[in-house]
Amino acid sequence: MPSEPPSEPMIVFDRVEKRFGDNVVLSDLSFAVAPGEHVTLIGPSGSGKTTILRLLMCLEPVTEGTIRVGGRYLTHMERRGRLVRADEKHSREVRKGIGMVFQQFNLFPNMTVRGNLTEAPTRVLGLSKHEADARAEELLEMIGLADRIDEHPSRLSGGQQQRVAIARALAMRPAVLLLDEVTSALDPELVAGVLNLLRRIGETTDITILCVTHEMGFARGFSDRVMMFDRGRVLEEAPPEKLFTHPENPRTQEFLEAVLERP
Amino acid sequence: MVAAAGGIALTIVLAAVAGLALLSRRRAVRAVSRVYVEVFRGTSEVVQLFWIFFVLPALVGYQIIPLGAGILVLGLNHGAYGAEIVRGAVQAVPRAQYEGSLALSLSPYDRMTRVILPQALVEMLPPFNNLFIQLLKSTALLSLVVVDEVVRQGQLLVPNLGVGETLTIYLVELVIFLLLGLGITAVMRLLERRAAARLGRTPVTRARVGEPA
Repeated sequence: MPSEPPSEPMIVFDRVEKRFGDNVVLSDLSFAVAPGEHVTLIGPSGSGKTTILRLLMCLEPVTEGTIRVGGRYLTHMERRGRLVRADEKHSREVRKGIGMVFQQFNLFPNMTVRGNLTEAPTRVLGLSKHEADARAEELLEMIGLADRIDEHPSRLSGGQQQRVAIARALAMRPAVLLLDEVTSALDPELVAGVLNLLRRIGETTDITILCVTHEMGFARGFSDRVMMFDRGRVLEEAPPEKLFTHPENPRTQEFLEAVLERP
Repeated sequence: MVAAAGGIALTIVLAAVAGLALLSRRRAVRAVSRVYVEVFRGTSEVVQLFWIFFVLPALVGYQIIPLGAGILVLGLNHGAYGAEIVRGAVQAVPRAQYEGSLALSLSPYDRMTRVILPQALVEMLPPFNNLFIQLLKSTALLSLVVVDEVVRQGQLLVPNLGVGETLTIYLVELVIFLLLGLGITAVMRLLERRAAARLGRTPVTRARVGEPA
């Protein structure tokens, strides 16, 4: 974790707009996330929550506005005193501090669990094979899969694969972790194991976490702040105990009733 | 035999280079590769052979040896088909794999060589098996420019033989092609099995027609 004054936010969205053709996914979005803060994004599908994570991972370019991470521009870079669009190299450099876990795990099937965990640390961070191995073993110990280190991901259950994917992101020692509906693709009995792991990470590290989820119970205990999105805008944001019990916006009330009603 | 082996080697190189070029971010690179693929896929092998063996020497004043010309034509022609196989297999790797490697900040080169290509390779092997067998059979064309391959050696014998013996010669030619083809298939199957094992798959776990999903 870079040592920064607490006043400097870890993530800053400044008047960000994202359009796909005529379709406006995010409009004039500004918000900041403090270092170590856990923020959960909720809202109906198509409201733009996942797009925020994808912009941070540079999987999509912004249409307008800027994003800063750890005090540096992610989407742009300074050249001769002017702000220009970041090139691949610049955004890759800033992105090194960001890890992401996907709904579908996205583990590499052509590598063992060990390979998945050591590939990026050796190639991107320049760790020796020995150091990367030690890091991988330590992380697998933490997620309870130390004995599966030389297996292929296809031999693991969905829940185990997702835990490995979380460990793979942590192996890069990110300052920011993005969680994109990480339990949505899992069988119900496997969800708890993954959520417990995330809680443990939340408690034992100072990683800044941005989380998109439909697990409202988890969001409530885990987040410092919940942001409710609808049609590319923030409708309401508040600490979870307030937002889940006394939402102010009628759309938020409707949405929460709909998701909490589930059996 | 030598022509087939040389042709296969050249095919692999050209298919890899041209196939990846078809996926390049640079438009000019894609265009050059596209022209190569369309020209060599879209014209007759025999005509290509005549061009390289008869026309080209007249233009540049240098005669390539028949075997060299043969390998060149077989490689250029089948490399064009192979380029499309490479392109298709790379594009068939799920986008999620690209995103996963991007999220780990792997460089574009590492993304391709460490994540995408190893997965694409498994899908390439069966169509390349087809292609190599076709290439093997195309070596028969080289008899037209007097390379001493199977068919030509047969032709040389035929005039001095009776009907029965001629039949035997043609039968032997068939069997030789079949055996060589089966040899290629055996090698490719082995490679396919190995590549699948590296992805943690076994042939048994792969889908078969008529199996419930």
